[in-house]
Amino acid sequence: MDRFLGNRRAVVLLIAPALAVYTLVLLVPILWSVAYSFFKGSPITGFKYVGFANFTELVRDPAFLQALEVSLKYAVAVTSGQIVLGLLLAMMYHFYLKRASSLVRTLVFFPIVLPTVAVAQLFVKLFEVAPRNGLVNAALQAVGMTSWVHDWLASPTSALGILVGMDIWRAMGFYGVLLYAGLVDVPAEIFEAARIDGATGWRLVRHIVMPLMTPLIVSATIFSLNGTLKVFDSVLALTNGGPGSTTTPLTLYMYNTAFTYGDYGYGSTIAMALTVLCLVVTVIIFRTARKDVRA
Amino acid sequence: MSTVTKPGAGATSGAGRGLGERRRGQRAGGGVVAGHLRRLVPRLAVTILVLVEVLPLVWLVMSSLKTNAEFYTRSVWSLPEGFYWHNYVSALTTGSMALYLRNSAIATLPALALMLLLSVAAGFALEIMRWRGRDMVLLLFLSGIMVPAQMILLPLFTIYFKLNLVNNLASLVITYTAYGLPLSIFLLVAYYKAVPRELLESATCDGASIYRVFWQISLPMVRNAIVTVGLVEFFFCWNDLLFSYTFISTGSRLTVQTGLLSFVGQYGEVSWGPTFAAVCIAVFPTLVIYLLLNQRIVKGLTAGSIKG
Repeated sequence: MDRFLGNRRAVVLLIAPALAVYTLVLLVPILWSVAYSFFKGSPITGFKYVGFANFTELVRDPAFLQALEVSLKYAVAVTSGQIVLGLLLAMMYHFYLKRASSLVRTLVFFPIVLPTVAVAQLFVKLFEVAPRNGLVNAALQAVGMTSWVHDWLASPTSALGILVGMDIWRAMGFYGVLLYAGLVDVPAEIFEAARIDGATGWRLVRHIVMPLMTPLIVSATIFSLNGTLKVFDSVLALTNGGPGSTTTPLTLYMYNTAFTYGDYGYGSTIAMALTVLCLVVTVIIFRTARKDVRA
Repeated sequence: MSTVTKPGAGATSGAGRGLGERRRGQRAGGGVVAGHLRRLVPRLAVTILVLVEVLPLVWLVMSSLKTNAEFYTRSVWSLPEGFYWHNYVSALTTGSMALYLRNSAIATLPALALMLLLSVAAGFALEIMRWRGRDMVLLLFLSGIMVPAQMILLPLFTIYFKLNLVNNLASLVITYTAYGLPLSIFLLVAYYKAVPRELLESATCDGASIYRVFWQISLPMVRNAIVTVGLVEFFFCWNDLLFSYTFISTGSRLTVQTGLLSFVGQYGEVSWGPTFAAVCIAVFPTLVIYLLLNQRIVKGLTAGSIKG
């Protein structure tokens, strides 16, 4: 049997196509990007070797630091929103709706499969002010809060707020189902026992639900952060980084650097910074979580 | 993960009923009002939740059926006066949404087919077959899950530029196929684990070749997995913006996502009706697939995240 499953030619025949495509389209470009980060220029202007200059520029570049700040703010806000609301949803499904939760779960889950561009356009229209008030401004007008009626996407704070709200709206159902699956796996006797011992409400959540769910919450947080740190679609379609560059995260800054300013070298350096950031954040959360579990 | 969609999975909580909701109710000393409130508040929360998720989409569909004049003469939340389907006609023809849909299909479907073909073969080799370096190759594939698309964007653009593939949908087919491989291989390997080895063994005893074992025995057994993985990857390809925005700029080659962006740029401010219709058209394919296969999609998407 082992000889049969060790058939060399078959292994090569089955794995070579996938490996070749993967190497050519993913691995080689990754190394290529790393190499780019030591150069300045683009294929059109030509490249010039600059050593580590791109990396030293990173720390001194105010636009990069601003983009980093936007990325971090957005990621922390959206991820905590997704996880906290996801957890609340999961508990609602499990403890309150119970068997009836299937329909609600399906409804709340589904915005995640919609194209981001379409969702963003919907939100643009919701918050529109000219030439016609969107749903939000019209509602504010109707209840007499006329002073609140304005172009929400034109002010930096509310633009970032809408961006964060939109992505929480899109993904909270997803995290709800994800965490609900973990809650369902907990034997019902544990909750029953805790209840008999007098743990109710917040105390049950704090001392029974949270510790049991920690591993799942950690992986969900890591997954969420890895998505939110790489946000591109929602930003491009909702604000295009504006007003000014106040909602420009690293990904969009990288894009603009490469294609608007024609600097592939510096663009690749920003991409590398993003990759490293994702790795570091993942490792940090992993480490902290493990300590928590031990303690 | 499989418990996610099991009907009546919530039943397990039956014993832990109400989380002490009742107890606190008793403590309140039979206050009828308090009891009512206690029941009302969660119900209200659920209602608000569903409204928040669904209302924007209802508003979207309603608005897509209004004439342009209606947006000026009536309030934004009024029901449409009639079904003004013409918005859809102009979005599809003048707004080229029909063309964009076709382009998206041309980019997505071959990529899906290729990706699935490559990953069922690779998954079989990585999980069922025995050879040295197997774990290394698997790790190599899996490390791709974490890599941001930005890391491969510029070199790929350079390559496609040199090969004259910029503004060609083939560039998207190639990119989607490769970028989706790590996740689909990872998921398929997990499914191959469940294929009973005795079955393969008995097939070999009956004289089947390794290729037959792969194609006629293992493959049918992971059929369900192929559909699930295909769905997950479909949403990734269909909803992609970064790659299509980078590699395609010619108007006639735009995909639904980039096309919708350009549509809104051109008509978004003035023609509200057709804009809403265009957004609906972009949403429609994903919505239909979700309505038909939501259980499978939920399962696939959540499995792809946590184990990854």
